[in-house]
Amino acid sequence: MDFATLLQMLDATLRLATPLLLACLAGLFSERAGIFDIGLEGKMLAAAFLSAAIAAVSGSVWLGLLAGIGASMLLSLIHGLASITFRGNQLISGVAINFLAAGLTVVIAQSWFSQGGRTPQLTGDARFNPIELPFAEALQNVPILGPIYYELISGHTILVYVALAMVPLTWWILFRTRFGLRLRAVGENPAAVDTAGISVVWLRFAAVGICGILCGIAGAYLATALQAGFVKDMSAGRGFIALAALIFAKWRPWYALYACLLFGFLQAMSLRSDVIENVIGFQVNGQFLDVLPYILTVVILAGFVGKAIPPRAGGEPYVKER
Amino acid sequence: MDVMPKWADVILIPLISILLAAILSALVILAIGENPWEALKLMVDGALGSTYGWGYTLYYATNFIFTGLAVSIAFHARLFNIGGEGQALIGGLGVAIICLYIPWPHWSLALLGASIGAAIFGAAWAAIPAFLQAKRGSHIVITTIMFNFIAAAVLNYFLIGALKAPGMEPATPKFPEATHLPSFQDMFNFGETTFFRGAPANVTFFVALAACVALWALIWKTRLGYEIRSFGHSESAAKYAGISPTKIIMVTMLISGALAGMMAINNVQGEAERLVLNAVEGAGFIGIAVALMGRSHPFGVLLAALLFGFLYQGGAELALWTSIPRELIIVIQALVILFTGALDNMVRMPLERLFLAMRRAKT
Repeated sequence: MDFATLLQMLDATLRLATPLLLACLAGLFSERAGIFDIGLEGKMLAAAFLSAAIAAVSGSVWLGLLAGIGASMLLSLIHGLASITFRGNQLISGVAINFLAAGLTVVIAQSWFSQGGRTPQLTGDARFNPIELPFAEALQNVPILGPIYYELISGHTILVYVALAMVPLTWWILFRTRFGLRLRAVGENPAAVDTAGISVVWLRFAAVGICGILCGIAGAYLATALQAGFVKDMSAGRGFIALAALIFAKWRPWYALYACLLFGFLQAMSLRSDVIENVIGFQVNGQFLDVLPYILTVVILAGFVGKAIPPRAGGEPYVKER
Repeated sequence: MDVMPKWADVILIPLISILLAAILSALVILAIGENPWEALKLMVDGALGSTYGWGYTLYYATNFIFTGLAVSIAFHARLFNIGGEGQALIGGLGVAIICLYIPWPHWSLALLGASIGAAIFGAAWAAIPAFLQAKRGSHIVITTIMFNFIAAAVLNYFLIGALKAPGMEPATPKFPEATHLPSFQDMFNFGETTFFRGAPANVTFFVALAACVALWALIWKTRLGYEIRSFGHSESAAKYAGISPTKIIMVTMLISGALAGMMAINNVQGEAERLVLNAVEGAGFIGIAVALMGRSHPFGVLLAALLFGFLYQGGAELALWTSIPRELIIVIQALVILFTGALDNMVRMPLERLFLAMRRAKT
């Protein structure tokens, strides 16, 4: 494999890791506050659809992004209502949200655009276009660093940089602010937070809301940046890979970045099986690369390679009276 | 003491939940510019108006009985088996291997063999998540989700590799003639009048009914069922009574996986008569809705499975005759899961208050 191919692969890794990273950080906020969320997939899908639809109709990708976030927030609200207000089962609520999104997106897309459950192709300002970082062109000919800067770091859509910036931001919010401390506490011991006079319900709703925003961005990225329009089931299990990455990262922001880059790299590899064959000399089944994230997660969950311990109060509705 | 009488818990609450789901579904149909009443009539006509429609309704219901029972037994031990989809896929692999490589003399023996094969394959696929939950504390919901994806890849691997029939399509060859199960059309053929013509419902439906009865007996009439239920109610109390959590988790999940796997005798051996990609088509997930609606009771599961069978066949007819896509059924399914599962308390809390007020008024 030559240097240019390697750069191409890493470039694809970054593009494919972005939706995983955004969804993974979304899950991080929710689960750190004690709300399990297996509905990441559905929220991404709903956001992907509405962002593409609004972008197609209005011609503005930014309006699309807002609409996508709105759709994702609405599902978050349902999840919050079910799991916080009515103390229902968070896992069942997540399953319901996934199906709600899978069904509604196609039903609405079909009646709105009549294109077999897709939105029209997005062009021009209706999708996020790559942005050239300063001096990328000029520095292109500098050996090694030039191509890295030009190919790998520059030339992505703005949402890729947003996702990368979210990692330190998430770390700072969770570990350096009062809100973050309380949010983590509510996921470990909600009774203690309640005793301190802080509203458990409000904190958990805030976490679920942040989760909605991030999933919304992730979905909008799928439909308006990675691809040009919505197609049925386009999230294609990414919400679950993000969930896997979250466990892989043991619910920590920086590790989440590494896990998502790893899983993004696996996805990039399965797209370029010819390159792998050249490097290691034999053919690798693309299917195998696709499910490797899931297998790795099961191994991690089994505790054979370091133990993944979830937030202690995760999945339990908080009941004030005893 | 319970606040509500038992009939309110098992009949009234599910009915209200379904009603809420139905109203919202009607609003969705209205919003996309169709008439919900016409749609319902079309669905009833398409699914129940002819023996052909009934044949499809019962075929789908058979799938959902198996997956619904699978989720139910796990619910009794307070385990959430979300992996019915994967277990049914792998069960299909078992059915395919048994039908293709063993020369069966008669369909009844083939049915027996395939049932055992499907159950063993399905149970094996549930065994690993069960073991990890019991021994290593890995959350069974996450592991079973992961195993759904892994199962799809495993199936794909076999269908483009070892089991593939000649040709382009990733599928096994047709199963031999002797393994073909009698369909309702064969069974209810009285000279000139043939019922269920062309419909895929087959003898597996009766296997599913038997499974309902067997599971009811297991849960409420045996020592194991008692242990499963007590484990589900309180793990610490069960432990104190000398019930081994490891054993209960393993046994419950093996039964659950076996039931999900047995769905394959209906869709793989009974209908397709070969194994194709994505043979389960989401029936594993519908099992969740069916179990929730049926209150994890085999009889409730049977009723809920019939309802979903009706929705599936009716939905297919809708997609055929109107501009309403098939995915509407997924929306209805989501709403049923939402209202009967996650938002259960939303329905329950006001009802409990109502019953309390009524009781106070009486005394």
